[in-house]
Amino acid sequence: MLKNRIIPCLDVKNGRVVKGINFIDLKDAGDPVEQAQIYSDGGADEICFLDITASNENRETIYDVVERTSKKCFVPLTVGGGVRNIEDINRLLNCGADKVSINTAAVQNSKVVLESSKKFGSQCIVVAIDAKLNGDKWEVFTHGGRNSTGIDALNFAKKMEDSGAGELLVTSMDRDGTQVGYDINLMSKISSKVNIPLIASGGVGNLDHLVDGIKLGNASAVLAASIFHYGKYSVKEAKQYLDSKGIPVRI
Amino acid sequence: MNVTIVDYNSGNISSVINSFNEVAKGKINIEVTSDLKKIKSSDKVVLPGQGSFKSCVDALNNIGGLVDTLNEVALNNKKPFFGICVGLQMFADIGYEETQTKGLGWISGKVSKIDNKNGKYRLPHIGWNQINIVKESKIFKGIDNKSHMYFVHSYEFIPDEKNVISATIDYSSNIVCSIEKENIFGTQFHPEKSDKIGLKIINNFINL
Repeated sequence: MLKNRIIPCLDVKNGRVVKGINFIDLKDAGDPVEQAQIYSDGGADEICFLDITASNENRETIYDVVERTSKKCFVPLTVGGGVRNIEDINRLLNCGADKVSINTAAVQNSKVVLESSKKFGSQCIVVAIDAKLNGDKWEVFTHGGRNSTGIDALNFAKKMEDSGAGELLVTSMDRDGTQVGYDINLMSKISSKVNIPLIASGGVGNLDHLVDGIKLGNASAVLAASIFHYGKYSVKEAKQYLDSKGIPVRI
Repeated sequence: MNVTIVDYNSGNISSVINSFNEVAKGKINIEVTSDLKKIKSSDKVVLPGQGSFKSCVDALNNIGGLVDTLNEVALNNKKPFFGICVGLQMFADIGYEETQTKGLGWISGKVSKIDNKNGKYRLPHIGWNQINIVKESKIFKGIDNKSHMYFVHSYEFIPDEKNVISATIDYSSNIVCSIEKENIFGTQFHPEKSDKIGLKIINNFINL
């Protein structure tokens, strides 16, 4: 039986973790490699790096981080943030990323998704959709949630599936950072619209939210940052909880 | 001892290289090459594969003499040979991804799209699934039945002879995920991404 996945996400800026696990015994709390290893040793099913480096000259740092992590981490590694084109994707994959998540570039030019999934295979192309409720519809936002596009998130999700995306990483902008739970309506609407796996993101504050994301939102995987970063729960505790609620997980 | 990972521009093989290097720990030489002489003189050969069946077969054919060399190594010299993901799928006679494409034909059978039961099952089949070990395989030494392995694929290898199957998984149907035929091994899952248990499989292979 296929298991539901738990994916901790690390925000990386200028090659350093900015929101990380708050363990006092860490040698270097800002080292993404060490944090990724802790997650992987703790049973994380995948690791996600979100590069939030703002300046172009520091964008090189993520490649080094990915390269070092992939030599130590033997679970799948997804990298996103600032991925603009086929060359960026190629470079991240060559550095050892297993999947690349594309956000703004996919909205601006869906050919990036079409061409990259053809060239590298759908298995490594994740389209990240940042959506915000606007009236009775969800609108796609780009540039880390700053720019509105007027694009309907459900239609966009379907278009990305048709363009060759292997997975969708759906983040509710309304819920992100609130810790009140995923936007279940958004997740379930998109997951019933497409037939590729959906990773739910944005808003997790406790373990029941993970359960809801899977049971009610029909997500194949749940991504969370804060609840793991600040040591509120470990990945292992999260898995045990999901297991106790009858959700198939890798333990 | 020399293990060669065949580099034939099949997409992303960094993770395969990293995992073999991690397991080899410098004691065994891991070579990443498309050099025919090096492949021929290697003790063991690994054939990774990402992307579509067709793109991988095309990439093999694009390197003059590579398919003949692989045939020689695997079929004549009977050197231990390990195909991963599409690398395994290419052992088949034929694949149906994108368009009908001839495979290496080492293990008779075909590669077809997984039946998603009218959309009831999502594709690609992505994530961790538990393998059912159905026959002893040298690469499963010390691996428990029902171990979790990492998968990402939409196509499945359906061999004609069922006795080559060493493990299966349950998804929309019972899907072949590992084979062993004499010196030829293959996994549909990614041992290089299957945590410590996956590294153990790689270790078993390089220590054959």
